[in-house]
Amino acid sequence: MNPFDEIAVEEAVRMKEKKLATEIVAISCGPQQCQETLRTALAMGVDRAIHVLVDPKDYEGLQPIHVSKIIANAAKEEKADIVLLGKQAIDDDCNQTGQMTAALLDWPQATFASKVEKTNGDLQVIREIDGGLETIKVKVPAVLTADLRLNEPRYATLPNIMKAKKKPLASKKPSDYGVDMTPRQEIVSVEDPPVRQAGQKVENVDDLVGKLKDAGLV
Amino acid sequence: NGTLVVAEHTNEKLVPITLNTITAASKLGEVTCLVAGSQCAKVAEEISKVQGVKKILLADNEVYKGFLPESLTPLLVAAQNQFKFTHILAGATAMGKSLIPRVAAKLDVSPVSDIIGINDTDTFVRTIYAGNAIQTVKSKDSVKLITVRGTAFEAAQVEGGSGATEQAPTVDVKNELSEFVSQELTKSDRPELTSARTVVSGGRGMKNGDNFKLLYDLADKMNAAVGASRAAVDAGFVPNDMQVGQTGKIVAPDLYIAVGISGAIQHLAGMKDSKVIVAINKDPEAPIFQVADYGLVADLFKAVPEMTDAMNK
Repeated sequence: MNPFDEIAVEEAVRMKEKKLATEIVAISCGPQQCQETLRTALAMGVDRAIHVLVDPKDYEGLQPIHVSKIIANAAKEEKADIVLLGKQAIDDDCNQTGQMTAALLDWPQATFASKVEKTNGDLQVIREIDGGLETIKVKVPAVLTADLRLNEPRYATLPNIMKAKKKPLASKKPSDYGVDMTPRQEIVSVEDPPVRQAGQKVENVDDLVGKLKDAGLV
Repeated sequence: NGTLVVAEHTNEKLVPITLNTITAASKLGEVTCLVAGSQCAKVAEEISKVQGVKKILLADNEVYKGFLPESLTPLLVAAQNQFKFTHILAGATAMGKSLIPRVAAKLDVSPVSDIIGINDTDTFVRTIYAGNAIQTVKSKDSVKLITVRGTAFEAAQVEGGSGATEQAPTVDVKNELSEFVSQELTKSDRPELTSARTVVSGGRGMKNGDNFKLLYDLADKMNAAVGASRAAVDAGFVPNDMQVGQTGKIVAPDLYIAVGISGAIQHLAGMKDSKVIVAINKDPEAPIFQVADYGLVADLFKAVPEMTDAMNK
């Protein structure tokens, strides 16, 4: 599981443990292998899961815009109060799905969350921003995306892994949520980044500072 | 038509990445800047002098306090409906990353995140897999929603422009979904991390937060910013806003000095475009040495104070 998503699942499980949530549903869009990820979520304490099986021919062009439409429609169908996601994928690094899901639902978004508390029906969220931290309040229902410092996810125990095998896992298709999977972008090319050559080892600090001075860097 | 840049600012002054974003936008068409905030007229004036900016749309209203995406999105959608821009761009900052996808979803557009290059008006270059691959994508949407990696584009000149300011379209600007409460910004007299010419960063090898003083002393001698690896942030040595890497800040200074940093790929993704990289690490096998122009295998607790002293000479 993407480490950000793992943190999101952990946060949901903690919300249930604190009786802030009654049921947790995990959803994942993608090929058959997604079911393994969902089983991990179930073993961490999620109650049931939905696998939205994406056809291999559509999977290549699968983008946050498609995933967010699926999640938004699933959230409506499941009458979810909170949608929790990781802040970004670790393959395309897009950092879009949570924000787009919130927009489609017309819900507030609390992205890059590092602390979430319930206060009088609202959620008070501390967010990691460029200059430090920011505190906002959002009305529920809301979309939250997890940053690294939100929590430390638990390891699934063996008994819980066994139990997870019996928890319900529904299989759906994007068309069940009425989502058009036409790619909106074409991947023209994927290339290796320019390789940075290792330079030289220097003997000591004087040597290093001398070289930096010669290069006009200090 | 033309392009729209969402200016990021503090209501007092412009955030530097806006200038890099303006350069990127200029490659795509005539540039209009949106300045939305509360009591932000000063910023509009600052932008009007930036080279390449033709027009400024000013939206000055209390509701934009905190720059929440829930209040800014309707404004951007209204501006797009009125002016039919070909591209809408913002810097790939916490603010830009929060806002652009929300606006994109409202316009039913698939956004392009964190671009590092522009091939033509539809085709953009970005990194994937934490910088381990470079992807070129062609957008098929009628308007392109983009966030821009600041280090990949030069900053636009802040003098010599003559943009005209007009009022942004008025929208029904209530926001009942979210509320800005407060910000705790790290105060520092050092240069800002993403725009500093020299960056000194510490990793797990610093052992604790107090030891970062060694780096602050060196940085102050060099007029440098101080950064950190994720390991140092996760261990609580320093605050999150100092993190350099895939999920932290991307930096590309003239000189990057990595101290006690092993060089995990997530960290390299955030700094490997630096012009010159120096690594100081006691482990000669540390992967950071594979990207370093100058590597010093040494105990940082000895080497860093020596270096600070050498800066006095």
